[in-house]
Amino acid sequence: MAMSPIKEVTAQTTPMEFESAVSVRNISKNYGDVEALRDMSLEFPRGQLTSLLGPSGCGKTTLLKIIAGLLEPTSGQVEVNGKTVSGPGKDRAFVFQDFALLPWATVIRNVAFGLEMRGVAASEREAIAEKYIKEVGLAGFEQSYPHELSGGMRQRVGLARALAVDSDVLLMDEPFSAVDEQTRRKFQEDLLNLVQIENKTFIFVTHSIEEAVYVSDQIAILLPRPSRVSEIIRPSSFRDKGVDNIRRDPEYLDIVDNIWASLRGYVE
Amino acid sequence: MIVWGLLWEIVGQAELTFFIPPLSEVLATLFSIIGTPAFQKALAETAYAFFVGVAFAIAIGIPVGILMGKSRLLDELLLPWVNVFLSAPLTALVPVLMVLFGFGMKSIIITTALFAIWIIILNSRAGVIQINRSLVEMAHSFGASPLNAFFKIYFWAALPEILGGVRIGIIRAVKGVIIGQLLISIVGFGALFELYSANFLMGHFWAVLIVLFALAFTISEFLAYLERRVSYYASKR
Repeated sequence: MAMSPIKEVTAQTTPMEFESAVSVRNISKNYGDVEALRDMSLEFPRGQLTSLLGPSGCGKTTLLKIIAGLLEPTSGQVEVNGKTVSGPGKDRAFVFQDFALLPWATVIRNVAFGLEMRGVAASEREAIAEKYIKEVGLAGFEQSYPHELSGGMRQRVGLARALAVDSDVLLMDEPFSAVDEQTRRKFQEDLLNLVQIENKTFIFVTHSIEEAVYVSDQIAILLPRPSRVSEIIRPSSFRDKGVDNIRRDPEYLDIVDNIWASLRGYVE
Repeated sequence: MIVWGLLWEIVGQAELTFFIPPLSEVLATLFSIIGTPAFQKALAETAYAFFVGVAFAIAIGIPVGILMGKSRLLDELLLPWVNVFLSAPLTALVPVLMVLFGFGMKSIIITTALFAIWIIILNSRAGVIQINRSLVEMAHSFGASPLNAFFKIYFWAALPEILGGVRIGIIRAVKGVIIGQLLISIVGFGALFELYSANFLMGHFWAVLIVLFALAFTISEFLAYLERRVSYYASKR
């Protein structure tokens, strides 16, 4: 196995001395006879971005939806801020791969949707929505409809909606996979800024190795059949060098190469 | 339209059959009877039965259809019946309704609703079934209550199909209201049809028919317009 180089990288990082915002404990999930997840445990440090990375079929989206409370695990439990998850809750917000916007509602109504469901008064939730529409760079599009926006802009709406409810934990299911490459890069840079400004815990599912290494404080590599966490990588040196320098940092390049080396065997 | 109108006129003028008077005569009759109390009473009675029947069909049909789309159990319980009634010759059921509900307006309204409701149920159900799953997950993840999910997600997402169902349902309701009036009790336009055809007043007969077609056509076109407005965004979903 070509996994030893990754271990060297992990070894450089500081040992686990963070506080967990989300803990996944011995989660198993079966669909009939099919084992989607087996006895998976994982810690997500507070205020940081953790990526779930792996080939298709490794159960990363399943795990994310279990954390979101959208799926019930067959066994095991998820704790968010020490409380066991039994369904969707105010402490978590979800960003969907296909954006999941209401096509019949304007941007501002879409962004305010989470607040509307929580019973926030109309004027108040619109003020909050406006603030986050600005924050994701969509000022001026408040009254537009989703179909009038590009894919990238639609996902900004999805992101603003998740930010607007001010949850501790942001769950992102391959949020940039449906947008074009350049938009995606811009998104990744913006996401790094967001992790800095917003004091939130991000859980980020992706199948792109470069993306995971670029945006993450911690990368959990998931492998399929049976699904398990094979590695946890915590890049240390390039995080503070600025968004422009990450992609040519030697450590960044090494980690990308090493992850590919260990995943290569699982790609059909 | 113009070609068919001309053809009608020619056939009428040629006096091939008493059954088809010239179109010009029909139109003249139309304008002469439109102001008569008998006609206006018929119009009011028909419109009343029609709108009440349609209102019931919509108010019951849409929620039932949406619930069927959401609940597997309800769907399996009700779908066979909906399909049976959709394709059954409902006219044959009218005598049963007469026994159950008497010979008055009530039976006519129920007949109208029965003609319209099944397709409304079926289309609302189809609209809900094709909803983007992630919209449902989205509502769930943001803590939408079942009531909120129903009114803020399911209804709107299924609206284009619902409107399509309502449009077809209303066209069927026109049939229902006339058949009801003819079979159950001779009131409204049904009474006029009966009166005119029994007395061989073909000009009058056609005039009433034209009014009826025009009404049904206008309503259906209005709904088609609404549907197009809604589909404008719905096609982008």
